[in-house]
Amino acid sequence: MDAAFWQTLGLTFQLAAITTMVLLLIGIPLAYFLANTQSRIKPVLEAFISMPLVLPPTVLGFYLLLLLSPESIFGAWLLETFNLRLVFSFAGLVLGSIIYSLPFMVHPIQSGFENLPPSFSEAAYTLGKSKTETLFKVLLPNIKPALLTGIVLSFAHTVGEFGVVLMIGGNIPNETKVASIAIYDEVEGLNYAVANQYALILFLFSFVILLLVYLMNRHGLRVNKF
Amino acid sequence: MHLNLTKKLNFANGKGLLDIDVQIEEGTFVAISGTSGSGKTTLLRLIAGLEKGAGFIKIKENIWLDTANGLHLPPQQRKVGYVFQNYALFPNMTIQQNLTFALEKNQSTAIITELVETMELGELVNRYPQQLSGGQQQRVALARALVRKPPILLLDEPLSALDEGLRNHLQDYILKIHQKYQLTTLLVSHDTREINKMADKVFVLEAGKIIKSGTPQAVFAKNRIAKEYQLSGTVIEIKDKGNRYAISVKIGGNIIEVEKGKQEQNALKVGDVILLSTTVLNATLKK
Repeated sequence: MDAAFWQTLGLTFQLAAITTMVLLLIGIPLAYFLANTQSRIKPVLEAFISMPLVLPPTVLGFYLLLLLSPESIFGAWLLETFNLRLVFSFAGLVLGSIIYSLPFMVHPIQSGFENLPPSFSEAAYTLGKSKTETLFKVLLPNIKPALLTGIVLSFAHTVGEFGVVLMIGGNIPNETKVASIAIYDEVEGLNYAVANQYALILFLFSFVILLLVYLMNRHGLRVNKF
Repeated sequence: MHLNLTKKLNFANGKGLLDIDVQIEEGTFVAISGTSGSGKTTLLRLIAGLEKGAGFIKIKENIWLDTANGLHLPPQQRKVGYVFQNYALFPNMTIQQNLTFALEKNQSTAIITELVETMELGELVNRYPQQLSGGQQQRVALARALVRKPPILLLDEPLSALDEGLRNHLQDYILKIHQKYQLTTLLVSHDTREINKMADKVFVLEAGKIIKSGTPQAVFAKNRIAKEYQLSGTVIEIKDKGNRYAISVKIGGNIIEVEKGKQEQNALKVGDVILLSTTVLNATLKK
């Protein structure tokens, strides 16, 4: 296993870690909003968030490519104003991954909020606590298993993405070449041994991650009996 | 305390209007009784600000709601003690933490020490709510509701999930804090005996309106002139005696057996709380 191999794996996990952190920051307010709103836009928003579950990743990647490329209005504006080029770059991969893994963060947290008795937040309000304080001191600590599920699934799903990355990232070593792309690349070059190294690592990683999620949820169910 | 509230509601038999206009003297213990779906809980929620409705609420000198002038204080600014049916203790906090969470900014912790003592929670403070029995959780919920020293205590059927012995015990705690902190207490209850024991005044709600109000004795007794008297008790045994039933009723410390014809027995079952009425003709009085 050479340096390039570890570099690719490192890049993969770096992408997953950054994506997960950003998703956590976006996912909590979004899930909180969805769990508490009666608004008419709720189903529309939910449909948008869930789209990556059913859409072929290439479709998502294709439209992102069109939107972000410097030939498009938005892409040109990004380049001009922020000197930011999102296609075939790591930053672009992060953006794609955030959209692609969004449902894996939002769904568990949203159902975590929805499964809490409404009297928890109401009790906090009658005790004089603001919505923000209630969120951080009462609601979030009581949905820890849901938060962990969201974090772990988003991380794992980002590690496993392929189509979106290929479309908007390409295959640039140390910039956009992640493990799933590398496998494809090595197989194309008939380097089955190297492909197998990547594949085995991803295989074991996915199993361990899912095992963790199920163990956590079992534990969570035992603790949080309301 | 002046309550004038209206809100559209969905009743069992269609849409209707909750429409209440009452004056309650400070320090009164009020029971709210009525069939389920008559708007009892909604009334408490409207007072606490957990639901929006139209009208006017004035507690002591403070106006909490005046929709005519666009005033609608959120629950945070209303200072009510609210005890939920499921207690709503936070599972991520110990009992001590549940209580300190309720403190206002810069409020002294003396009130917590005092409440822990009054509600006899000393041994429980380091435990989590899940480790407590229903009655213990109830006492914690009561204590937590009083940390901010609210002038008004709202109890939404807090005792319905508890067994008979525990209910009596907790009723005493509630009366104790009602008097100690000079609260105006509103208790939602179905239990005639509970209301008789605790309340100064009772409102009977039906489809969102108060259909009867007054002292429990006046509201629940059909006939205030004492040719007949009523005792409430619990059915503990029903024996089939061929053409009649012998029904044993526990009243206070006594068990009284009442015989009933087959037709009259109809819907009674063991555990029912009943009113036993009898005339005073044969009563003997001893000193």
